[in-house]
Amino acid sequence: MTGVRVLVGTRKGAFILTSDGKRQDWEVSGPHFGGWEIYHVAGSPADPNRVYASQSGGWFGQVLQRSDDGGKSWAPVGNQFVYDGEAGTHQWYDGTQRPWEFTRVWHLEPSLTDPDKVYAGVQDAALFLSNDGGNTWQEQPGLRNHDTGPSWQPGAGGLCLHTILLDPVDPARMTVAISAAGVLRTDDGAKTWKRINRGLKSGELPDPDADTGHCVHKLAMHPSRPQTVFMQKHWDVMRSDDGGDNWYEISGDLPTDFGFVIDVHAHEPETVYVIPIKSDYEHYVPDGKLRVFRSRTGGNEWEPLSNGLPQSDCYVDVLRDALAVDSLDSCGVYFGTTGGQVYASADGGDTWNAIVRDLPAVLSVEVQTLP
Amino acid sequence: MSTTVRVVLPAHLRNLARVQGEVKVDVEGDVTQAAVLDALESKFPVLIGTIRDGVTKKRRAFVRFFACKQDLSHESPDAALPAEVVAGAEPFMVVGAMAGG
Repeated sequence: MTGVRVLVGTRKGAFILTSDGKRQDWEVSGPHFGGWEIYHVAGSPADPNRVYASQSGGWFGQVLQRSDDGGKSWAPVGNQFVYDGEAGTHQWYDGTQRPWEFTRVWHLEPSLTDPDKVYAGVQDAALFLSNDGGNTWQEQPGLRNHDTGPSWQPGAGGLCLHTILLDPVDPARMTVAISAAGVLRTDDGAKTWKRINRGLKSGELPDPDADTGHCVHKLAMHPSRPQTVFMQKHWDVMRSDDGGDNWYEISGDLPTDFGFVIDVHAHEPETVYVIPIKSDYEHYVPDGKLRVFRSRTGGNEWEPLSNGLPQSDCYVDVLRDALAVDSLDSCGVYFGTTGGQVYASADGGDTWNAIVRDLPAVLSVEVQTLP
Repeated sequence: MSTTVRVVLPAHLRNLARVQGEVKVDVEGDVTQAAVLDALESKFPVLIGTIRDGVTKKRRAFVRFFACKQDLSHESPDAALPAEVVAGAEPFMVVGAMAGG
């Protein structure tokens, strides 16, 4: 392993941070697409030179960019995200039905094996697939046409499909999370989907145990254990050991179980990271202290990690796609804040350093471990 | 017979289309807002979906069309553009609306 490439999406452009395996000295490239909101930048696991970026904005809509040289140069690819057939309606904030309307791509999930194949999770919630490197996009309509689709309603950020987990063992299995519909899984290559929300409880719902309507913020999975899925929900950190069929809470001794991000150590499937946020109204870290919490026991028992992070007067947020890990021998952990800092730990979270401190608000962080 | 129309794009779209300064498009038939945008998107496909919706062709909410110091944003897409634009004396301007604080 020779190094890492950290792909950072911000409110006003993308930045690429590169380093060798020591992860001490960093080269910063950007802003790419300055002035645009970059919700997500993701590299292909099959070809690290292939990188996709979701570029959007209130003025000029959605653009998709592709790089074939690791982010040195970019070219726009297809931006036509057209719902398949009749778009239908979903529930709006006021309880009325509203037509599905494409707004932006929240998340890109490149195939594990094919650099030209990439999924896109969009707002209003739907799943699109490109098999030609992003040039054309086809909706996978089985998801949006799920029986419960008309009851899906937007969270504060919109009705967005923000998480796509590809099963490394079974290519027909995929799990997605939608705010605020919950988690759905396909076992037949996106043709049909089933809700997998048993065990989730949300006090914001008239029936806290409902099968639909949960505001799931992020899912994470270790590739060696696809049956084990971790979840940061609006409130509650959750875990499933049966591919999402049943969930149980692992918030344990966290100072607050509200938050957005969650991820798993690259080499320790029972080591999990979250960054607690004070509350749904107070989107900043508790007590003015920026702390990552790590569990080495798969949940419930959490230790704060703060060495190198600000421990006073800090009131940033860390958004749902803004935590990632590399797969070097000593696992690197990275996250970006709404204050524009990107922090890195080259030792699994024991110590932290800021790679950059003054970017625009960070929306997403992904890491490529370079061969 | 085609008419050459001058078009001014905002900086973000110039960057996207990889052009500098004004662009010129050849419009077949009547010179309307829709015809100019059709010609523009034909010449620069990367602009499809950025000025108007790629399917409905509806102007994006925060895009404005100006010419001859007039706001043409709310005119019919099929209305004729001012004679000065047709004659090439004035450009058709695509403008990002005042938004963002």
